[in-house]
Amino acid sequence: MNKVLQDLMQVKPNKAAGARIPLIDGVEKVSGQAKYTADLDADDALVGAILRSPYAHAEIVNIDISEAKALAGVKAVITGEDCGAPFGILPISENEYPLARGKLRYRGDAVAAVAAIDERTAQQALDLIKIEVKELPAYFTMEDAMASDALLIHEKRKGNLERAVDEEFGNAEQGFAEADLVLEQTYHCGEVTHAHMEPHASLAEYDAERDLLTLKSVTQVPYYVHLMVTQCTGMDSSRIRVIKPFVGGGFGARTETLNFEIVACLLAKAAGGKVRMKLTREETFLTHKGRPETDVCIKIGIKKNGKITACEAKVLQRGGAYAGYGVITILYSGALLHAIYDIPNVKYTGRRVYTNNPGCGAMRGHGTTNIRFAFEALLDSLAEEIGLDPIEVRRANLLAPNFETINGLRAKSYGLPECIDWVEEASNWKEKRRQLPRGKGVGVACSHFVSGAGRPVHWTGEPHATIILKLDFDGGITILTGASDIGQGSSTIIMQSVAEILGVDYGRLRVIANDSAITPKDNGSYSSRVTVMVGNAAVDAGKNLKKILVDAAASKFECAAEDVECMGEVYRVKGSPETAVPFQDIVDQAMIGSGTITAKGTYFVPREFQGMGKQRGAAVGSSPGYSYGATVAEVTVDEDTGLVTVDKIWCAHDCGFAINPLSVEGQVQGGVWMGLGQAISEETGFQNGMHMNANFLDYRFPTIMESPDIEVKIIEPIDANGPFGAKEASEGMLSSVLAAVSSAVRDAIGIEMTETPITPDRVIDALVKQERANKRNQSGKGAV
Amino acid sequence: MRQSSKSVHEVTVNGRRRESVVPPNMLLIDYLREELRLTGTKTGCDGGECGACTVLVDGKPMLSCITLVSKVNGKEVETVESLSENGRLSSLQRMFHEKLGTQCGFCTPGVIMASEALLRKNANPSDEEIRKALEGNLCRCTGYVKILESVKAVAEAGAAR
Repeated sequence: MNKVLQDLMQVKPNKAAGARIPLIDGVEKVSGQAKYTADLDADDALVGAILRSPYAHAEIVNIDISEAKALAGVKAVITGEDCGAPFGILPISENEYPLARGKLRYRGDAVAAVAAIDERTAQQALDLIKIEVKELPAYFTMEDAMASDALLIHEKRKGNLERAVDEEFGNAEQGFAEADLVLEQTYHCGEVTHAHMEPHASLAEYDAERDLLTLKSVTQVPYYVHLMVTQCTGMDSSRIRVIKPFVGGGFGARTETLNFEIVACLLAKAAGGKVRMKLTREETFLTHKGRPETDVCIKIGIKKNGKITACEAKVLQRGGAYAGYGVITILYSGALLHAIYDIPNVKYTGRRVYTNNPGCGAMRGHGTTNIRFAFEALLDSLAEEIGLDPIEVRRANLLAPNFETINGLRAKSYGLPECIDWVEEASNWKEKRRQLPRGKGVGVACSHFVSGAGRPVHWTGEPHATIILKLDFDGGITILTGASDIGQGSSTIIMQSVAEILGVDYGRLRVIANDSAITPKDNGSYSSRVTVMVGNAAVDAGKNLKKILVDAAASKFECAAEDVECMGEVYRVKGSPETAVPFQDIVDQAMIGSGTITAKGTYFVPREFQGMGKQRGAAVGSSPGYSYGATVAEVTVDEDTGLVTVDKIWCAHDCGFAINPLSVEGQVQGGVWMGLGQAISEETGFQNGMHMNANFLDYRFPTIMESPDIEVKIIEPIDANGPFGAKEASEGMLSSVLAAVSSAVRDAIGIEMTETPITPDRVIDALVKQERANKRNQSGKGAV
Repeated sequence: MRQSSKSVHEVTVNGRRRESVVPPNMLLIDYLREELRLTGTKTGCDGGECGACTVLVDGKPMLSCITLVSKVNGKEVETVESLSENGRLSSLQRMFHEKLGTQCGFCTPGVIMASEALLRKNANPSDEEIRKALEGNLCRCTGYVKILESVKAVAEAGAAR
């Protein structure tokens, strides 16, 4: 027997699903070769720049661009007059224009834009544009915007209300009547923003001869950008090509099409050429679309054993100047009160309010984070008052796999119990809670998230995801996907999924992603959908290609397809190791009479996982599966300075199955840490509508000095809806961190912090109040 | 408008000596990215806030976004592109790749260059020394946990140069 055949006979199947491998595009990133949008060669491009509103709320009387236009080196100047088509992520609330029309709605709103031969000329041109306005009263708080005499920021939106949600499942009043203890508390979360490291950028190229437009941009969802650029340029969609280069993070900011991307296209068209748009960090902050400032008034009733009988939540979100994702955000907050615990009666009132601030949108943990903070924090209070351990209260309210909630959400797997068990054990909870010296404490909380929206934003009847595989004479397999790798590792997961099904070596596979001229449409990287939806499509495509290969092997071996055995890259007849041939032989066989082979895979979310509730907006919150996270935080509170230091975080995350455990760990650590930033230091700030911390010094997210070790446990209950059992792994844990930290602070100093971030100022205020109350009590006692 | 007069600058970049005629107010990052097309060095902020633009000047980490080219006249500048040898990653780059010290990758060149500077003068740094060396490098993806692990892994392997 020859050596080659001997080797072939010893081959074992490859195991790609579950393999701890580095990201497939990591080499480019660590070597500096990765090209982000601003890195693309564009020496010949014009410089695009946007003039931003210095007014928070004003009627446009006139915009005079004549001097700017006349300046040498200026190739195009455009205003709202040049584009009358509104855009927005939700078809029901498209109320933003690439450049403002009629009104300016926040300080930073886009007024006009120029394309010029260099930055200096572009800036000079912006300086020459004269804006004449009639200033209007501006509203920066929800209270002011909702006042009966407030002007409307958008027409037809009475009370500046973007969306009101009122829903009740079960009977909350009756549930509270059955409770042994009912508590109510109001919580406040400051506004936070994504602060992805890569500032916004676009490169738009218009071919005037052929009427073709190519846009390269920083998006998470090239498909939405394609739709909105079509809508706003009036071009036929087939004439537009959208490409996503490397993207330096998104966290939700880039799920919506953003105004500058469209403006770059409008400028390229107007100038008949190539326009590069690089936003400053300040402009990136102003573009925003982050998590809104939120007030949550929440009431929960429990029995003596900790079982929740009812919950009522009232949520107010300061949405800012434009709709964006707002309707979904306020619906999510209500919908995902469910599907984490078993709660028989739930009443939810949500109000999304327009104000004259930069518009909010989707941010990691979309819609769930602030209400989860409130819910979990109040559970802590209930546990304390009724005399139960906070962990036991959570255990008393667990769901079971294959649940259906009262608002119509379903899921097959539920790993929260195991998550809770692990954090309790790993953190040494029982020895620490209430037992650490004053100034030190531990706290716990849980959270969850969807693995992709059960029904996509644009419901077209298409599959939720499509993957195409191309196998050619060389034995190489190209995976074509529209899923956007923004650093979370989606291309790696898709590659591993295909490798697992085909059993081939990674080196044979390459992923080409995000070029609308080449790759299939994808709904993009939002709502943590890629692993489940695109992963399932990748599995389907792999199976379809595998069938072609097995059929080719059967015809080569002259046996039935069932008798073909695939051992990684070796094919043979079952039970006859000596028939083994290498992969390339099968490829050669498959090429006969066929030539280049393509295989397609798709994924549809099963109907019953698209939201079975009858209520308006029932699809929001539905998903093929929910991820779960439990977090314990250990903190030190310095009572002299008010500084909260987080010493350590333990987080267990149920992601169904980890297709890549290394990547899941990285995502969980990143998600926990982002929650930590909101918990202790992050908050945007405005003065008369002016952004006061649109930079990395004043918008404080933790540096490496303030970031604790984050120990991660992956819980794998295997979800039948997911590829290999997988669910999402990058959002579900985030929302637990806020309440875990506040619970730990309470354990440390005996004070419940009801506002985030828990800054030194807020801690000192609370300590002073505590001290005054103690003194009052003492003197009160003395008087008796 | 008055154009600032240009002058000749001699700078060694990644081992290659260059004579460039640039305006005196040109920032090092613009020189690297736009004149030399070395785009590995990133701009993440409006000046001196995030560390993504960190390069080494005579072996010391510096923020190229707030450094003038004229300040590095006659000096040696190293960017992330210089670390690979014969097309293979350096041990530090390899650890960032294999330990997932990089996610979106945008802060990575700056983090790697700051780590490189540390490891050259301290081949076996403590956690605290690593944290101190990277305190000016912001990352929004990793929570820094795997960044720390990546740098430690190089030290532990004794592979630091």
